[in-house]
Amino acid sequence: MAEIKLEDIIKEENKVFSKTSLFTEKPLSYCPGCGHGVAHRLVLEAIEEMGIVENVIGVAPVGCSVLAYEFMNIDMAEAPHGRATALATGIKRVYPEKFVFTYQGDGDLAAIGTGETIHTCNRGENITIVFINNGIYGMTGGQMAPTTIPKMKTSTSPYGRQVDMMGHPLKMTEIVAQLPGTCFVARHAVHTPALVRKAKKAIRTAFEYQKAKKGTSFVEIVSNCNSGWKMTPIQAIKWLEENMLPFYELGTLKEIGLD
Amino acid sequence: MAKLRGAVVIDIERCKGCELCTIVCPSNVLAMHENVNNKGYHYSYMANPEACTGCTNCAEVCPDTVITVYRIKVPS
Amino acid sequence: MREIKLMKGNEAIAEAFIRAGVDAYFGYPITPQSEVIEYLMYEEPHKRTGMVVLQAESEIAAINMVYGAACTGKKVVTSSSSPGISLMQEGISYIAGSEVPCVLVNVVRGGPGLGTIQPSQADYFQSTKGGGHGDYHLIVIAPSSVQEMVDFVPLAFDLAFKYRNPVIIQSDGVIGQMMEKVELFEQMPRMTNEEIKQKYDDWALTGRTKGREHNIITSLDLVSERQEKFNLKLKEKYDRVEAEEVRYEKIMCDDADYIFVAYGSSSRICQKSVKLAREAGIKVGLFRPITLYPFPFNEIKQMVPHLKGILTVEMSLGQMVYDVKAAVEYRILVEHYGRVGGMIPTPEAIVDALKTKIIGD
Repeated sequence: MAEIKLEDIIKEENKVFSKTSLFTEKPLSYCPGCGHGVAHRLVLEAIEEMGIVENVIGVAPVGCSVLAYEFMNIDMAEAPHGRATALATGIKRVYPEKFVFTYQGDGDLAAIGTGETIHTCNRGENITIVFINNGIYGMTGGQMAPTTIPKMKTSTSPYGRQVDMMGHPLKMTEIVAQLPGTCFVARHAVHTPALVRKAKKAIRTAFEYQKAKKGTSFVEIVSNCNSGWKMTPIQAIKWLEENMLPFYELGTLKEIGLD
Repeated sequence: MAKLRGAVVIDIERCKGCELCTIVCPSNVLAMHENVNNKGYHYSYMANPEACTGCTNCAEVCPDTVITVYRIKVPS
Repeated sequence: MREIKLMKGNEAIAEAFIRAGVDAYFGYPITPQSEVIEYLMYEEPHKRTGMVVLQAESEIAAINMVYGAACTGKKVVTSSSSPGISLMQEGISYIAGSEVPCVLVNVVRGGPGLGTIQPSQADYFQSTKGGGHGDYHLIVIAPSSVQEMVDFVPLAFDLAFKYRNPVIIQSDGVIGQMMEKVELFEQMPRMTNEEIKQKYDDWALTGRTKGREHNIITSLDLVSERQEKFNLKLKEKYDRVEAEEVRYEKIMCDDADYIFVAYGSSSRICQKSVKLAREAGIKVGLFRPITLYPFPFNEIKQMVPHLKGILTVEMSLGQMVYDVKAAVEYRILVEHYGRVGGMIPTPEAIVDALKTKIIGD
């Protein structure tokens, strides 16, 4: 059997995975191994596959992904901390036929933005919320977040989160799943290929629910924060599996059906 | 049964050396190169190119989408 | 022929939103201006013009709904009163900091804190000197009648889009709550999505269509060199606003030895004070700033040579008075008179204050 040279394989027609054209040229500003990069890709791939780039408007939060608009080659606004879903509400209300999504971290969505998150979902705004939960404030240097789990060390819970003093972590996804306005609520992760493929399907489903005008679709991605957790990427995803996932169970919490 | 042969092309200058691709490769194709890119990161490379089946696992987990994957069917 | 009605200020301005072709209103209840959203909800403008009306969960949410909608080039407005406007300050700073056009209405009530629900003008500093963070300006227009509450809506939107900057209509509880005869302008058509796309495609978020880069609306720039350039660009804008958009009204100032400087409902009361003072042989006029920013510094300065003194009348402890002192460069006496806590000054008390504080007899 003739020896197969790499050049025979590496040809345009043999391509089975390539970077979506909806990324801009700008290198991502995220730390090595950060799940944001994968989550960005999944959102952009969903948009690309649905062919809605000319009709999608994104809203970036304040947090590590505040610069999302520099990496996503779509029209985007950057919201004050916690207010992305309010901006998205405004956009969707004046442009009901556009696809509108927010991309937010846990501090943005579940701390300062709690009010907006709950009321946007409760109104059933026909938008998609992509929620990256890494249990910490990454951008500002690793402080305790509303989703920091018990005993988890951060720069503002240096001896671990003591729930009697600092309160309990907030499971926002479970909360919004109970609100009548939400139509599809799921929690996923992106640190293994299988989980990435499931997360991609969920994000795509969320946009399909928006297309079907069923109310608010909400996908949480439990992700790592290597710098904040002070771990290597490989250590971080191991820690995530052993500590975050038991607390933030993956799966679909709500789906009212697309028919 | 046709055998699958694959190969990956890594955007070396954009790889941040996070190593996540190396631990998801079912065939241990990828490893971190001893050289570093212009940002000082050891970049990922095909240490065992022949073992690659083009399954795209590495590309799926790559946070910076620096991996392009190719695959061909090879008649046995 | 313009339609004539007897309307409450808050309801008249709500009707003006609909007639001005506004695309969306986002608001929250707060006395003394809840009638704005009540009127809009009752009127169901989506049936008349397609206008969206939504009650938000807070003023913070409301201003950010305004921000989002305005990012798309649509005509968007909110209204609130002092404490609510305080909650909106961060949003306003972002809107100014990303050059997005929108209109706000502040029906000012007594402060500070929960203050009172009666009228006041104690938000002058907040609106003209920037209540939010960073170097920015709101264009501030002060109506003094229900008619101006109506007429200033199209004006506010013209200015907002001309300068891509938030504009605030600074009213107060008197004007918001009182009823007056008002002539309503004809219905203006809302811009279609195609018209917006065509007119504002260089900045508005409407979806990245072929042939253009993606539009980004953000107030963030982590590169100081660029942020400084942006700040200086805003400065140029404000310089143009100050050079071109000053509006004011002068009543009986030509032969005046003294003038009242007052805006909004205080200026209405001062009109009576002018009559009373002239009947008592005191030649006094009224200078009414209509734009609080840009403030009519030069116009006041030019009057100094033939003036002996100025009394500013504001329902506050005195805020605009400092701008008037600056306008006259402290060359003549400028003093303040005002009632606070929701109390409204009487024409007679204003004349007395002129006598005691300025004329000094």
